[in-house]
Amino acid sequence: MQPFQCLTAPACPLPYANIDTDQMIPARFMKRSRAEGYGGYLLHDMRFSSSGREIADFPLNQTPYRNAQIIVARRNFGAGSSREAAVYALVDYGVRCVIAPSFGDIFASNSVNNGLLPAKVGERDGEALIGLLQETHAELTVDLEAQTISVKGISVPFVIDPVWRTKLLNGWDDIDITLSQADAIARFREEDSLIRPWVTPRIRDGAGQTTM
Amino acid sequence: MAGSPSGPRTLFDKLWDSHAIVTREDGQTLLWVDRHFVHEGSFHAFNKLTERDARVAHPELTFGIADHYVPTRRSGRSIDPAIQNMIDQLARNTLENDVLLFGLNDPRQGIVHVVGPEQGLTLPGLLIVCGDSHTSTHGAFGAWGFGIGASEVAHVLMTQTLWQRRPKRMRITVDGTLAPGIGAKDIALSIIARIGADGAQGHAVEYAGSAIRALSMEGRLTLCNLSIEAGARCGMVAPDETTIAYLRGRPFAPAGDEFERAAEDWLRLQSDEDAEFDREIILNGSEIAPVVTWGVSPEDALPITMAVPDPEVISDPSKAAQIRDALAYMDLRPGQKLTDVSIDRVFIGSCTNSRIEDLRAAAQVLFGRKAKVPGLVSPGSSLVKQQAESEGLDRIFKEAGLEWVESGCSMCVGMNGDIVQPGERCASTTNRNFKGRQGPGARTHLMSPAMVAAAAVTGSLADVRRLIEERS
Repeated sequence: MQPFQCLTAPACPLPYANIDTDQMIPARFMKRSRAEGYGGYLLHDMRFSSSGREIADFPLNQTPYRNAQIIVARRNFGAGSSREAAVYALVDYGVRCVIAPSFGDIFASNSVNNGLLPAKVGERDGEALIGLLQETHAELTVDLEAQTISVKGISVPFVIDPVWRTKLLNGWDDIDITLSQADAIARFREEDSLIRPWVTPRIRDGAGQTTM
Repeated sequence: MAGSPSGPRTLFDKLWDSHAIVTREDGQTLLWVDRHFVHEGSFHAFNKLTERDARVAHPELTFGIADHYVPTRRSGRSIDPAIQNMIDQLARNTLENDVLLFGLNDPRQGIVHVVGPEQGLTLPGLLIVCGDSHTSTHGAFGAWGFGIGASEVAHVLMTQTLWQRRPKRMRITVDGTLAPGIGAKDIALSIIARIGADGAQGHAVEYAGSAIRALSMEGRLTLCNLSIEAGARCGMVAPDETTIAYLRGRPFAPAGDEFERAAEDWLRLQSDEDAEFDREIILNGSEIAPVVTWGVSPEDALPITMAVPDPEVISDPSKAAQIRDALAYMDLRPGQKLTDVSIDRVFIGSCTNSRIEDLRAAAQVLFGRKAKVPGLVSPGSSLVKQQAESEGLDRIFKEAGLEWVESGCSMCVGMNGDIVQPGERCASTTNRNFKGRQGPGARTHLMSPAMVAAAAVTGSLADVRRLIEERS
């Protein structure tokens, strides 16, 4: 996974609350293989009309914001469905950081697992960044080490779970860390089967595998 | 410290402690996963396994269910090849990994959050995950269920564990008696309207109080299902005699003496009397009215007796902008009475409200009446469908003019092709009124099954209490 340390990049304001993961990638695109890239589907129905034309006043369709690698949105970004495809759409589009006052928990966790930084800011700071980006089309600098977002001499702090911060800074993948705990897992399993014998599902009832 | 193993603990703390394998210095804990459900959408995770040349570590704790993409009109119809491919892919992935699959033609097939409890795969005290945010549903049994993303699904497939940080704890107490026609959906939407769609973010919720205790398992499943719509990590109800009675005799649950011993353990899964919660919310059950949503987030919910909100009288500019945007999408006028909003279609189904009790509640309103709009009724599982048919409920739906179809996620998520047409307004028993959730340009109003039935026969959003009164 690509580490995230410090990023200076164009940013796009999305002055909407509750941008859910259904908005980020509508369900109808989710049958496709990731190999095709999901960037074209990002916020599809907000970016494109039903005839497939770009909606001119949607920020991400405007020249200064089109190449944004940072998005600044309002509260509850990424609520809803656990679809990791929402994060794939952001990442494949080129987004590396989303700034908002609050995030859906599952979305935030999925983001970190894909090297995308969910940076939580105060509501007032978020509004200030949105206002500034609407006026000046500036680049933002997001420094994960220092946990600050700076632009034109202004600097605002952001919050992130310290474990997620370490994971993003180093580009770590959980599975290797977990596999190194194999002994502890086996010990737990042995003791647990005595304490909670009812956990194991009763023997499969003979109906077996039906494949279609 | 509150929540430590020595002091008084909440139900959630007890579940946490019983699943903790190791805790790192940074506070991350590795947790054992008791049940893992996979569905057609889990293909990204299986692909990650293939990339690492890995197999499912514990197939005996992993169960496959075809629900998200399955067609609901099956006999004699050809299936869209892209959808068939999703179903086949799941069959291949589960077969290759020796995972039991409730596939398209299995008599037990249905929606994962209906089938799990129905089969006794969901038990109190279990940690249950699935790549679906509504896994919170299983908390109805005093289990700890939560949705995860594809990377985490792959992690669980490979290790049967997950790293988590302990969430905060919230208790939502609902005392009092619900009025006739009011159900779990009305409780849940009232809670979300009060605390917001992000109101429980970072929290494990426990539902308590006499109104919750009085709910059937079906009602508790609906309530816990909607925990995620308040942003909660999970929602749970402590096991009691209602829970035990439901579980007895379920195919995958323990049987005989083993069941009785397990039941003793399960009934001990309660929050200690003086356990501390980080946040407490209290609602009076007798004040809850039938609720409908008017906007594009489940927090945009109001009693049916109210009117569409007016953004001009909202002082917070971003909140006002949010309302303006929602009303434009929903094509509603500020101040319009909710009962004046006409609808084009109804849907009864989804992991939120498709169980036998839900179908009975809707059928009770529809009995002897005609729907003024078309609609779809999709039972939560093939076994629920069978049960409903044995009670004659299918005839009531059909005679009212609604279509009675097979089980699946169907029009809640629109993946299988069951969608609401652009611009159409649907009264729906589902969980999300997000823009485009039921299809591009679809307008969704969430409500209980009884309220959807009332809307169907009225042709507009309606107060089901009126229709109940007409009967008596």
